[in-house]
Amino acid sequence: MRNARWPVWCLMLLALAAELLPLPAIAQPFRPAFTTMTLIYWTLMWPGRFGVFTAFVFGLLIDIAHGSLLGQHALTLSVVSYVVLRLHLQLRVFPVWQLTLAVFALVFIEAFLLLWIDGATGRATLGPQRWGPVFAAAVFWPILMALMDRVRERLERRKSSFS
Amino acid sequence: MVSSSADSEARSYRNASPGLAFFLTATLSLVLMFVDHRGEYLGQIRTWLSAAIYPLQVAINLPAAGLHWMQDNLALRSTLIADNTALREQSLVQAVQLQRMAALRAENERFRALLDTRSRVADRMTVAEVLAVDMDPLRHRIVLNKGSPQGAYAGQVLLDADGIVGQIIRDQIYTSEAILITDPDHAVPVEVVRNGMRTIAVGTGDLDQLSLPFLTRNADAKAGDLLVTSGLGGRFPAGYPVGTITAVDGSEGDAFLEVTARPAANLDRLHEVLLVFSPEPEAGIAAEAESAPAAEAAQ
Repeated sequence: MRNARWPVWCLMLLALAAELLPLPAIAQPFRPAFTTMTLIYWTLMWPGRFGVFTAFVFGLLIDIAHGSLLGQHALTLSVVSYVVLRLHLQLRVFPVWQLTLAVFALVFIEAFLLLWIDGATGRATLGPQRWGPVFAAAVFWPILMALMDRVRERLERRKSSFS
Repeated sequence: MVSSSADSEARSYRNASPGLAFFLTATLSLVLMFVDHRGEYLGQIRTWLSAAIYPLQVAINLPAAGLHWMQDNLALRSTLIADNTALREQSLVQAVQLQRMAALRAENERFRALLDTRSRVADRMTVAEVLAVDMDPLRHRIVLNKGSPQGAYAGQVLLDADGIVGQIIRDQIYTSEAILITDPDHAVPVEVVRNGMRTIAVGTGDLDQLSLPFLTRNADAKAGDLLVTSGLGGRFPAGYPVGTITAVDGSEGDAFLEVTARPAANLDRLHEVLLVFSPEPEAGIAAEAESAPAAEAAQ
């Protein structure tokens, strides 16, 4: 009766893989937070199915893959998805450029929370690696959104043809 | 952007309660962070989750592994012959150097016996491959393809052909996680070969720079000095190259010199590393080693 969730889970895993893909050292500080962006998109579009729990699971996976404090990304992604769930009706009617600004703000909040937790555990470092991904996320958002829109349209059309 | 299906989504969404879910996940992650920060109670959970992420890491490593396979298997005959000749020559040179080594080692043993000190045991090693997977951009960590079943253990020292690379901080089932000596959280006890002066080399977060922050103004350090591990602290075996001092600065008023060094190992081009099995610590050292890691290395 509902759209299958698994294509979106696959997309989330792809986003996670994109965060682990080896990049040359120059490009590394500008790798956008693909998992956060993908999560924002699907929480925004299908809030009944993707939300805080999805965020938590993928946050834990990032923590393991990055070797960071267990629960760090789980917390920040939960916060981001909660804010998106709260505001999804307002956010959805935004034109693309406003939505890009909103995503920039969300990713910035996430980066700030990560810095905060790093600081509390005595691991705070500053530098281009900290804020580069935030700006990169804003740059990549319109592209990512166009791609995800096509995927979502396909998934939704498939549902209507079957029902 | 808003479609009819999105509207039905919004209607179905009214039943969900994000507040409660958020409260649950936030509390759970806070507890996890607290416990993980306090100690090693979460080692088992980390190990399971790392097994879940392993297929993804292998998939990401595939292109790099494929490239290496192609280099090995599709090499031209002429290239192979050239490589072979070069390696043979290198092996000959090293064999000649080893002949002198044997004599020197015997001499060293004799001196040690005269001085009545314990002789050093030769270190046992195994090779591990570095997976081509990026980790946290803010830290210098790598993933190795050997886990605890293959004998890797936390605290094990990593070497490459030119010097110390780092040490393992987490041994998991299929992989283990290692910290490089240039990570800002890492420190190696070193000694200047020229005069035996001991100090500590701290990572800077820059792959080709180490910092030696604990040298006073009157310390005898010069650019070009070779740094080797001092063996203090019991974690790193003594005598392996760590780096070369590149610059010694210090203005008049400072109590300490600003000394930087370049790591000996090729940290930006790691593909294979050697894992050193340290000899079994004896009773006296074991007690010291318990407290050493906190002070000396990855905290």
